[in-house]
Amino acid sequence: MSFDNMTSNWSKLRVRHPQPDQYKDAPYKWGMVIDLDACTGCNACTTACYAENNLPVVGKERFLGGQQMHWIRIERYWGEGTESTQEFPEQGAQFLPMMCQQCEAAPCEIVCPVGATHHTPDGLNSQVYNRCVGSRYCSANCPYKVRYFNWFDYPESAWPSPLEQQLNPDVTVRTKGVMEKCTFCVQRLTEAKSKARTEKRTVRDGEVLTACAQACPSSAIHFGNLADPSSQVAQMWKAQQVELSAYPQKKNEQEETERLGGQVELVPYPQNKSEQNVETEQLGESGEKLRGYRVLEDLRTYPSVVYLERIRSTEA
Amino acid sequence: MTPHTHDDHEHEVATEARFVIKPKDINEEISWAQINEDVLGSLERPRPLFWVIFFASLAAFCWGVYCEIYQYRTGLGVAALENPQVWGLYIATFIFWIGMSHSGTLLSAILLLMHADWRKPIYRFAEAMTTFSLMTAGLFVLVHLGRIWQFYYVVAYPNERWAWPNFSSPLVWDATAIGTYLTTSIIFLYFGMIPDLAICRDKAHGFRRTFYRVMSVGWKGTDWQWANFRVTYLTLACLLIPLAVSVHSIVATDFAVSQQPGWHTTSFPPYFVAGALYSGCAAIVTLFIILRYTFRFEQYMTIPILEKLAKLTFAISMVWTYLNVVEYASVWYGTDPYAKQALIFRATGTYAGWWWAMNILGSVVPFAMTFKAVRTNIPAMMVVSLLLNLGMWTERFMIVTPTFAHGYYPWTWTGNWWPNWVQIGVIVGSFGWFTMLFMLFCKIFPSVSMYEVKEMVYHRIRARKKAATQRAPVAQPAQS
Repeated sequence: MSFDNMTSNWSKLRVRHPQPDQYKDAPYKWGMVIDLDACTGCNACTTACYAENNLPVVGKERFLGGQQMHWIRIERYWGEGTESTQEFPEQGAQFLPMMCQQCEAAPCEIVCPVGATHHTPDGLNSQVYNRCVGSRYCSANCPYKVRYFNWFDYPESAWPSPLEQQLNPDVTVRTKGVMEKCTFCVQRLTEAKSKARTEKRTVRDGEVLTACAQACPSSAIHFGNLADPSSQVAQMWKAQQVELSAYPQKKNEQEETERLGGQVELVPYPQNKSEQNVETEQLGESGEKLRGYRVLEDLRTYPSVVYLERIRSTEA
Repeated sequence: MTPHTHDDHEHEVATEARFVIKPKDINEEISWAQINEDVLGSLERPRPLFWVIFFASLAAFCWGVYCEIYQYRTGLGVAALENPQVWGLYIATFIFWIGMSHSGTLLSAILLLMHADWRKPIYRFAEAMTTFSLMTAGLFVLVHLGRIWQFYYVVAYPNERWAWPNFSSPLVWDATAIGTYLTTSIIFLYFGMIPDLAICRDKAHGFRRTFYRVMSVGWKGTDWQWANFRVTYLTLACLLIPLAVSVHSIVATDFAVSQQPGWHTTSFPPYFVAGALYSGCAAIVTLFIILRYTFRFEQYMTIPILEKLAKLTFAISMVWTYLNVVEYASVWYGTDPYAKQALIFRATGTYAGWWWAMNILGSVVPFAMTFKAVRTNIPAMMVVSLLLNLGMWTERFMIVTPTFAHGYYPWTWTGNWWPNWVQIGVIVGSFGWFTMLFMLFCKIFPSVSMYEVKEMVYHRIRARKKAATQRAPVAQPAQS
């Protein structure tokens, strides 16, 4: 019986992501845009995530030991700057919220021995705690290192009574020995979808937000359904000319070449549709500079999160 | 045995003298009864060193068990594992043990097919080493799992939940390959031992006789049994060789299939296999010396055989060195900036000392074995083999750890990760477990193959007689 199941679904097991127009007819493909220009590094998203997803607070010692469990982290980079450009000093720290990028071609998915992490029809990279055996291969193969392992049995230590009363009942409390990571607040998505289904419609844009997007005071985090062309996120992706399954763009090649010393010729990536027109490649349709990118795009993991570069005032 | 056609008597005497001076692999005058007596004696009265090693390894094993229980109950966090150092030394040591398991196959199966008869006195313990180091490697897979109690999810077996492992994951290939290899090498080890177990049965008394009677499954040594035995043994040897190669290639794909800088290298499978044979040969030398003394095997594990082992180790060390240089060069001259940065980190970063130690121990120290004085000196070979094994363990450490410390994402770069006492305790315990099992094996089972040594002696005497007949003037052919 199970042999039949495996052989008849063999092609499903071999699905490769992403495929062109994979989500054309799908109702949902969750995606995100993070505007680094708006991010102030206030860590509200991290706090909201801890509250929403029952993340254990591990304490200072374990945090410094690298055993923290923050699904979303604010990375702080200090730019030293160079004397010739004077690019950084007046700008100080730069922040980058980093969470699971929900890659379409996720390196973690192919290596999990038990299939505990897999791709959902919504384009999420899901984690099945019950199935996880804790080989940590997914984390080893994650370029972003956004997967967090339950090194200890946190339910006992992190929420001593009566703190367990404040746990979110919609989210599993994980046991020791399993991997976990950002889920794009899948419990909220499920609830919204189920509500929409009872009303015989799809989820409206803005109807559901992840905890981090909801908490962000400067609205740097945008969340929505990429399969819906009218959603804010889809519009932003389009404006930045980022396509889910497309290879990285060569935006502003001139600037890149200068940054690399003017001698380096960029290795051409396979042609993107938007690259055919050089005019529109550098500037978006509304005339502003394109600043959307995905992290470590050249690894071709096809993340579902687009970051908008910080606008730097180099004239000051 | 080149046919000797000189009939000049003086010349012949000189040549004969040269043959006599060259030490023989084994005393060919030894009687079969003497072989039986010596080997069976090893089952009863080893030198006191045996008990020292046994209890030391038992203590190490107990310490490892303590660390593992502590880790099991508290969580893997106590082993100083962290994000991104999620594997630590467990996987590095796992590769080390898998590697150790290869030379048993090399000695017993490959050299069997190549008709290298000097393997005969030493292949049995090498096979035992294969089996026990595979078992140790398997333990590491379990020890490192977050939820050991659900390890069977990784194995492909039909189940009512219709849940299969993920066949695209190298870990599933690992589980399958190691399981197959372990099963086959246990069968091979046991099967090759049956005629010797029958000898044990004939000489033993009491409960030991019962034990050996059951183990020797009715071996009588009839022609029919021998004929079947030969065919089956050869078939198993042929089956085992591709398995051995596949196991370490698949372990290499754990890294090569992943995307991480420093791991994503197509040359990893042959590199790992070469490294496996290398560390395995070095371990055989170590155990050779220990067994030779402990079980009074001086007549069987002779200096000429040690010298041949040293030559074999040296040859393999050069293969490994070559593949190592190929790996560095392909990264250095390649276009992958991440891999190059990872290589530079290895050579100059936190673990630079270990990296250079690995290269020196792995590629420079073996040159000591180019000197005959070293090859034939037991203490020197002991030191060299231990250094080589340390070098090969360091190689695995240097494959796993620096990539975690210096991966793609700069935010996660950690420069100062070191294992703590729990991890080291489990690793020490694994050495204890291996040595304990190995020593027990040598105490219970004949660790020198009696029937093959008899064969070796017999064939050598016959070959010598044949050569002597050919040398004789009467035997010379008339033409040309």
